[in-house]
Amino acid sequence: MASEAKKALFEPLFSNNPIALQILGICSALAVTSQLSVALIMCLALTSVTAFSNLSISLIRNHVPSSIRIIVQMTIIASLVIVVDQVLKAYAFDVSKKLAVFVGLIITNCIVMGRAEAYAMKNGPWNSFLDGIGNGLGYSIILIIVGTVRELFGSGSLLGYQILTPVSEGGWYMPNGLMLLAPSAFIIIGLTIWAIRSFYPEQVEKPDYEMQNAHNAPAHGATGGH
Amino acid sequence: MMNNSKRQGGFFHLPNDNMVKTIGVATLLCLLCSIIVSGAATLLKPTQVANALLDKKNNILAVSGIDLSGKSIEQAFTQIEARVVDIATGEYTDAVDANTFDQRKASKDPAYRVDLSSEQDIAQIGGRSKYANVYLVKEGDAIQKIILPIKGYGLWSTLYGFIALEGDANTVSGITFYDHKETPGLGGEIENKKWQASWKGKKIADVSGMPSIQLIKGIVSPDTPKADYKIDGLAGATLTSNGVTNLVQFWMGKDGFGPYLSKLRTNVNQASVVTTANIKEQG
Repeated sequence: MASEAKKALFEPLFSNNPIALQILGICSALAVTSQLSVALIMCLALTSVTAFSNLSISLIRNHVPSSIRIIVQMTIIASLVIVVDQVLKAYAFDVSKKLAVFVGLIITNCIVMGRAEAYAMKNGPWNSFLDGIGNGLGYSIILIIVGTVRELFGSGSLLGYQILTPVSEGGWYMPNGLMLLAPSAFIIIGLTIWAIRSFYPEQVEKPDYEMQNAHNAPAHGATGGH
Repeated sequence: MMNNSKRQGGFFHLPNDNMVKTIGVATLLCLLCSIIVSGAATLLKPTQVANALLDKKNNILAVSGIDLSGKSIEQAFTQIEARVVDIATGEYTDAVDANTFDQRKASKDPAYRVDLSSEQDIAQIGGRSKYANVYLVKEGDAIQKIILPIKGYGLWSTLYGFIALEGDANTVSGITFYDHKETPGLGGEIENKKWQASWKGKKIADVSGMPSIQLIKGIVSPDTPKADYKIDGLAGATLTSNGVTNLVQFWMGKDGFGPYLSKLRTNVNQASVVTTANIKEQG
């Protein structure tokens, strides 16, 4: 039991990371990572939603009719997200203005639904809670990496503190505008996945098809040509 | 929940695909979730409203240049006098309470909304409120600072901000934007304090009284012609920069605060025998 709990908590960090391996939750990873502080709040919000949605769904899992189980999960997740959004508006007003619509979009984040359906419906409350925390942390690790790179090279600062003084402030660093736009997050996530899969070669997917050898291929004329 | 399960006894032992159980579970869940959601919203509402109000006051204070050291926002805000102006006539009005009037809400309220024709509407806001909030910093009877709300469309979103003018109603003393959804680092640089500071000392209207202030591409140097009316454009954010030019010209122009400002300018000229105009022309 203890080892199962440990597995639920730590596996999602690297060996079964929701973003890097399962490729879930990419959209918010692009949207909220241009500043590290905003990314951190998003991590906190998503981790708490995943943990508590897993917990509550696991508690009622034996009484959820399978015909309405997705709607039941959605209702619980949506309620939790609204509560988180309200709490942020009350106690972290500045950040909630920056996160704007993305807190609401946690509802549609595949990680939350994915863990509810794949784990919480089949496991006990405590393990499900830990699985939620673990997956939230796995998501957070990637967001922190992306947020750090984007803020440092895009604005020359980290958590709002100037590290590389940009030219506009009289320094030497010419900020890289691409880093502030969403496509840069794709590049950084791609590089992170590459790094993780170099450490865990078993995560590398089998190719969908293989190139045929030239002499096995049908003769060019036989295919009819284009 | 506990009472419920005891009273209904067999309900939780029904098979999961039973119709009664399906509807029962759905109803219970919806009830519970709606209690949680509405509870959170109701309990946190006062804090949220206070936050929004404090944020607005904070922005007004930031642009007014009042020294905040050692004072709370509420204390410092007592130095600011809130008034309401009828935009079309430029006169103060007491038709609404200046402390509670919300111009942003009023611009959507049919009772207060004034639609703008397309050639008037350079800031692309569709319509404006009949009345506007203005905030004054006074020393005795003389107005030191005039703080005016401004808004207009940038690239992705409407920019909301405040502009502060000196007592002559023509020299900018500060500008701030508190709500927008422009790209961080590009158009979002309208929040950059250094750029905002570059507005200080710029002039709104030229000799003819038309607003001539504008953002230009690149950096304004002292040799730039009419440098007093020009502000550095934001690098990589041409459309946001154009939006800022348009919204400032709109609100300082005849369909915005123009009538109000020209009244203030005449008052200033009448009140003070020594105007600064002579000195400026020599310098």
